[in-house]
Amino acid sequence: MNQCATIAAMTLREAARNRLHWLLLLLAVCAAGLAGLLQQLTLTETRETQALLLSAVLRLAGAGIVACFVVTSMVREAQDGSMQWLLALPIARPVWLLGRLAGFGLFAASVACVAALLCAPFAAMADLGHWTFSLLLELWLLAAFAAFAALSLRHPVPALALVAGFYLLARSTATLGALGRTRDGAATDGLPGGLAWALDALQLLLPRLDLYARGEWLAYGVRDSGLGALAAQAAIYIALLLAAALFDLHRKEVG
Amino acid sequence: MIAQARRRVPPATAIALAAALAAQLAWRLAEPAAPSAEGMAAAPSPAVLRLASLGEQQAMARLVMLHTQALDDQPGANTPLRQVDYAALAGRLGAALDLDPRSQYPLLAASRVYAAVDDPARIRTMLGFVASRFGEDPARRWPWLLEAQLAARYRLQDPAQASGYAAQLAAAGAQVPAWARQLAHDQPQPGELAATRAVAGALLQHGMVRDANEARALDSRLQALEPVRPDPGRRVR
Repeated sequence: MNQCATIAAMTLREAARNRLHWLLLLLAVCAAGLAGLLQQLTLTETRETQALLLSAVLRLAGAGIVACFVVTSMVREAQDGSMQWLLALPIARPVWLLGRLAGFGLFAASVACVAALLCAPFAAMADLGHWTFSLLLELWLLAAFAAFAALSLRHPVPALALVAGFYLLARSTATLGALGRTRDGAATDGLPGGLAWALDALQLLLPRLDLYARGEWLAYGVRDSGLGALAAQAAIYIALLLAAALFDLHRKEVG
Repeated sequence: MIAQARRRVPPATAIALAAALAAQLAWRLAEPAAPSAEGMAAAPSPAVLRLASLGEQQAMARLVMLHTQALDDQPGANTPLRQVDYAALAGRLGAALDLDPRSQYPLLAASRVYAAVDDPARIRTMLGFVASRFGEDPARRWPWLLEAQLAARYRLQDPAQASGYAAQLAAAGAQVPAWARQLAHDQPQPGELAATRAVAGALLQHGMVRDANEARALDSRLQALEPVRPDPGRRVR
């Protein structure tokens, strides 16, 4: 447990060394500018428009920052040999991976808190709580996938491309699935049957990230956020990614 | 620990940097000004908009509205509403409403902004849009049909169309407040200013105008309808 906490603390220190707090501050300044601009541009529903657009931008920016940090951190550690050095110590590999994920999770929590603070003027507290918690779940999911991609591919550009593809597909898989099938379940006219089945398979394989951190909760209030189901989906998928990453990690030689 | 001594940058590098920056600024300044406004293109299909929104359909609806506003409201490059393609405009407003049916933004823009054009055909397009979307959610959308009725009566001088809208409001029953149905039924008032005042006053009184920008726009509209009075401080010759 102590080893896990130490590795998590090292990960957080690395985030601070990378000047990521300045990046979050810059994000805050840009978000305040966007909110001010929208205040001037809207004809009506100013608060709702600010809540919707600001939350959408912060969600995308938060996902980008977390994914870039996780991938570059994991790849750097593999390339400069510190991962091999750590794994040669009497630390179990699952403990090392859990420590790293805990550090990334804490960093993701700080990103979610900054996003929540910036959206706070435009939403009710209870709605903001739902949104922030589900954003945190989404960022944890993404951090786990980014760690898995970086461990497997070992190079930053392919890993980042894979994470971006995963994120975009996971946020649009429901729409793609709806486009691929008519209401009675048949493949849409003109769409090859194989493609419709591939879209179905994609829906089964990916979590529905479009259900997380929905801006409409901030604009119109939460009716039924289904936070329990979102948390369960995040737990299942993070466990899957952790198992896949461990499977890959156990196959690696310690140099 | 390796000390990171700062080395002097060779003057040639500094000069090259400054020259490249100056060239960039000069290039941008020398470029011809952007065209006044691109035409009002038709909205992309609902499926494309949903896919591009990545699940944030309500945010995409706001982007569609802000982009539509920008096409005819660019500072220094206003496209007069008479030159806007109103069929494409109605398509864009409809797309925004499809993405976020709870939003009142497209209907407000149609009834208050785009129906304020000095062209009966274009006014009819906007009023038709408001009336056609009223039935989907009368409880939220009645203020815009009430304003459409006002525009039909006073701007189009078309009492039959105004009565049709009043009948639509009446048919919605309890989903439309009794005072609004009464207001639509009681018109005509003596002139557009009085009628607009009556509707605006009632909307304000019943808390239907909560947004500061909307309240300011409503106030400006009332002021614009006021007849110009001679300045009492100035002697008329």
